[in-house]
Amino acid sequence: MAASKEAGAGTFGAATLGVGAAFVLGAFLSIYIAAKTHEAAMATHATFFLLFFVFGLFALGKRHFDALERGPAPQAQDGVQYSDGVIRAGVIATLFWGIAGFAVGVLIAFQLAFPVLNFDVSWLSFGRLRPLHTSAVIFAFGGNALIATSFYAVQRTCKTRLAGDIAPWFVFWGYQLFIVLAATGYLMGVTQSKEYAEPEWYVDLWLTIVWVVYLLVFLVTLAKRREPHIYVANWFYLAFIVTIAMLHIGNNLSIPVSLLSVKSYTFFGGVQDALIQWWYGHNAVGFFLTAGFLGMMYYFVPKRAERPVYSYRLSIIHFWALIFLYIWAGPHHLHFTALPDWAQTLGMTFSIMLWMPSWGGMINGLMTLSGAWDKLRTDPVIRMLVVSIAFYGMSTFEGPVMSIKAVNSLSHYTDWTIGHVHSGALGWVGFVSFGAIYCLVPWLWRRKELYSLALVSWHFWVATLGIVLYITSMWVSGIMQGLMWRAYNDLGLLEYSFVETVEAMHPFYIIRGLGGVLFLLGALIMVYNVYRTIRGDVRQGEKLDAAPAGSGQIIATPAE
Amino acid sequence: MTYEDFSHFAGTWGLVFLFVLFIGAIAYAFWPSNKKKFEKASRLPLNDEEPLNDEENGEEKK
Repeated sequence: MAASKEAGAGTFGAATLGVGAAFVLGAFLSIYIAAKTHEAAMATHATFFLLFFVFGLFALGKRHFDALERGPAPQAQDGVQYSDGVIRAGVIATLFWGIAGFAVGVLIAFQLAFPVLNFDVSWLSFGRLRPLHTSAVIFAFGGNALIATSFYAVQRTCKTRLAGDIAPWFVFWGYQLFIVLAATGYLMGVTQSKEYAEPEWYVDLWLTIVWVVYLLVFLVTLAKRREPHIYVANWFYLAFIVTIAMLHIGNNLSIPVSLLSVKSYTFFGGVQDALIQWWYGHNAVGFFLTAGFLGMMYYFVPKRAERPVYSYRLSIIHFWALIFLYIWAGPHHLHFTALPDWAQTLGMTFSIMLWMPSWGGMINGLMTLSGAWDKLRTDPVIRMLVVSIAFYGMSTFEGPVMSIKAVNSLSHYTDWTIGHVHSGALGWVGFVSFGAIYCLVPWLWRRKELYSLALVSWHFWVATLGIVLYITSMWVSGIMQGLMWRAYNDLGLLEYSFVETVEAMHPFYIIRGLGGVLFLLGALIMVYNVYRTIRGDVRQGEKLDAAPAGSGQIIATPAE
Repeated sequence: MTYEDFSHFAGTWGLVFLFVLFIGAIAYAFWPSNKKKFEKASRLPLNDEEPLNDEENGEEKK
């Protein structure tokens, strides 16, 4: 910010001093809470906050003295003039949390098949690991991927450097602290029991601060753009940031028991609370897992395919239709509950209408390849991106079908829902993020190409097989489960006890677990590939000419 | 203002407002004079390797 322009005189401008003062206050508050609280979990988390603030102060100091040492040298240099350091960190964090989240997913999948894998340890019980898995893959893996790619795309399409010097790094590290607090909290049993919004009040407040700074960084970058038009990817990213802020604050309104306690009570009760929760929950799907990643699609697919998006007009309509419709669809999570019938029908109707923008967007993404379909054969990264769009189409077709009350009466509370979520999460969100990372790594580290496109191809096929195993086993298991639940015998009594349905699902749970293993294996192949790419290696025998020209970036250090 | 008033307002004027807004968005997308602008915008990701260079944006390009 302003402070950075006064290099040579150090960096102690108003911005740095303000952030520093806030960190000092935060550190003292953390010490106070850690010392006074009677709860082990709160003391642990206050200590994490303290460490964050202390390291933050060190980082500010180091930045100042480094600037003094360098003299009045220009500061804005880390990717010619684009700010890329924080994006490189974001890519690494995405990979790290991805592996962690997938691994926990595999563990809990096998816990369902073999409960002995709980090891009788409360920290490893399914109830605590399940939110750890969902938060790790959605918020840690997905969130880091979104923050990193949004910072990349907004700079390039606005032709300007990211706003702020400290702020983007605060967003990055503040977000990692949020993840660590949430994850360790779940393991210690700290939860407010709202699905996908489990973190307690103090973690929610921290995320609010981080998110508002993220919004400001994005908005100020847009405001100082050098292009008259704001590219559509940025519209999607902005909708994601703004809506998540609104949902997060709305759903987490609660009153803490005391400053020293992790426990809080929500503002709302009963069916109102349920509706607010699923207004949040479904729009977390709609704006985090859909709008955000559509921003990714609208930047990385045209970029990688080296063709403009199929129809820019369609992308505008896609955007507005998605925004107007998604926000109403949440009540379909509450069919046949105490929620008023008209609200259930409203949720169902809007879910059905979502077919139009979803498929409009899918067609727009896929048709961007028109005239360049051969790249599907030659470039496994494009293949990954295209298959992600196909999965987007499939899961957004399946979702509205499941929101229809008649279908929902069979599918709800069964494994079908889990299968549906994972076709979206593994197929769409996972693959579009992998594709974006495979694009980004050579661009960010100034490498000519990836270490190995053959390994990308391996990742693609291993992971695709994993997804197919996962979703097909959950379809069979879920529909069977639903049918067994509703089966009556001649006397009008239930045909099956609950435990009989659980027993019947056992083989499918094992198949699902194996699917997860393959998906994890694919991600590990990616980590190896990315590591070798960053080191500057190129695998022997790679057909470089088959590779796409990529971004046409400046190549600082050709890999040899 | 009672709940009923609020609900009625949202169900009538709210509907009109959102519908008009949406029609406006579609009109914007299809307005003939915007076509050129959108064609230019659609090429934004394809030629963005370096930021535009000027005084305000920092220093000389290396």
